[in-house]
Amino acid sequence: MIEKLIENLNAKKSKTGSKASPVVISSRIRLARNLKDYVFPNRANFTQRCDILSKVEAALEGDSKFKKGFFYKIGDLSQLEKRLLVERHLISRELCEKESGSGVFISSDHSCSVMINEEDHMRIQFLKNGFNLNALWKIVNQFDDLMDSRLPYAYSKDYGYLTACPTNLGTGLRASVMMHLPGLTISENIDKVIRASNQLGLAVRGLFGEGSEASGHIYQISNQQTLGESEGDILARLGGVLKNILEHELNARYKYIEDHKAQLFDKIGRSYGVLRNAHIMNSDEAMNHLSFMRMAVDLGLFEEEFRGLIDYLFMEIQPGHIQYPESDVSVEFRDIKRAEILRNNFQKLPLVNFDNFSEQF
Amino acid sequence: MPNNLKCSLCEQLATVHLTQIINNKVQKIDLCESCAQKKGVTDPEGFSLAEMLSNNNFINTSESVSCEQCGLSIADFKKVGRFGCPDCYRAFNEHLKPMLQDMHIGTLHKGKVPENSFKQTSLSEKIALLKVQLNEAIKVEAYEDAALIRDELESLSKELSNSER
Repeated sequence: MIEKLIENLNAKKSKTGSKASPVVISSRIRLARNLKDYVFPNRANFTQRCDILSKVEAALEGDSKFKKGFFYKIGDLSQLEKRLLVERHLISRELCEKESGSGVFISSDHSCSVMINEEDHMRIQFLKNGFNLNALWKIVNQFDDLMDSRLPYAYSKDYGYLTACPTNLGTGLRASVMMHLPGLTISENIDKVIRASNQLGLAVRGLFGEGSEASGHIYQISNQQTLGESEGDILARLGGVLKNILEHELNARYKYIEDHKAQLFDKIGRSYGVLRNAHIMNSDEAMNHLSFMRMAVDLGLFEEEFRGLIDYLFMEIQPGHIQYPESDVSVEFRDIKRAEILRNNFQKLPLVNFDNFSEQF
Repeated sequence: MPNNLKCSLCEQLATVHLTQIINNKVQKIDLCESCAQKKGVTDPEGFSLAEMLSNNNFINTSESVSCEQCGLSIADFKKVGRFGCPDCYRAFNEHLKPMLQDMHIGTLHKGKVPENSFKQTSLSEKIALLKVQLNEAIKVEAYEDAALIRDELESLSKELSNSER
């Protein structure tokens, strides 16, 4: 079902790194929107859900973003295909649970997806590399205006955009930024950052949510509140905190290098060796090694051009990606295949050059 | 170390204790293993404490209010934490404030206004009001007023159907 999307995804491989930056991997904004005069998806029957699906489909049709894009009905996707799209952050786990009458539009460059009949009628999401909240909001806002001209939104003067869950009420806006925070994690300051962020009404989560120590030292930070503040204020508040975290991360790295340069270089060197030579690797271990490779780029030990490849591999080594398109494989098989992919990629890279070390991140 | 705390959702022994600060208020919740699992606490991607608390703080009323549009009752909402349709916000309006206060920065929308949808919403509201007035005018046999109202209704309906295209 999703072969075309995968093909198209692989073609983009070399380009993904163009705007990636140290610390901030990517930014995402999503809007929750519902149609007037329709019950929310959880309470809608099959006919109503299909009706909503075709209305949204018609509104999206002809939009240049989706002309060469992809549209899937959730019921038509296999478990594996859904898993792969979740790993790509193109659909949510909640959407996977839905049966018939739900779907997703994905733009040809994968920067935009519209989930239909997830918790709300529409979940519009835009994604960009790097720290890009304001630029992103501009695009999302424009797209939202276009949808407003084609579909009657459920909206009230007092409560703004009406959503199935009151936690999304008002702007319906959730902005989330994916950050690579190895410095704060290694120096064991990450808990403080998480607590402080929570106090400011922000949520901090791992890349895919496993465990307290985020896999690959990657964290997602997002706003929790959506009502009582304008979109601009929400983004400014989030952006302010993110800049702070970024500064703390860089300071943690400087400090760590000052005190433990040999240890850090040792970790980077060992990770590089393992990625180049290992024959069996689970995803946690792979994420951990890739994290040190990303840091190696930040430190100048690798050329900047490899950052894109490393960010790409973070996704490519997830279980669904490894397995695809086989429908049923063992964990051992995945671990062997994962190590093979990493070996093939890292054997093509130049050696880590520790003489190129630079403290300018 | 808190011991023998009961799960806030069922009566089992709570083993998961969460604390989060929302709007400068410390919010705590205790859950048993299986409720924590069910509510996705172990899957932080899909979990929000504010969302869970919403069910606890919502409406301490014994009134059995239901939404006329979709039939959702307060008890239903407490169970699933989701509203049934946009009209629920009107149906439960007077009970919403405390919950929204705990959840958000404010209780009034300060964000963008969707030009087209907002126009449509206000037009439909006006039309509904005029229909009531029209019926009243006919009832008291004020036919001149009724004719005026009918004309206005027609033009508003036309405007609405134009904007819906």
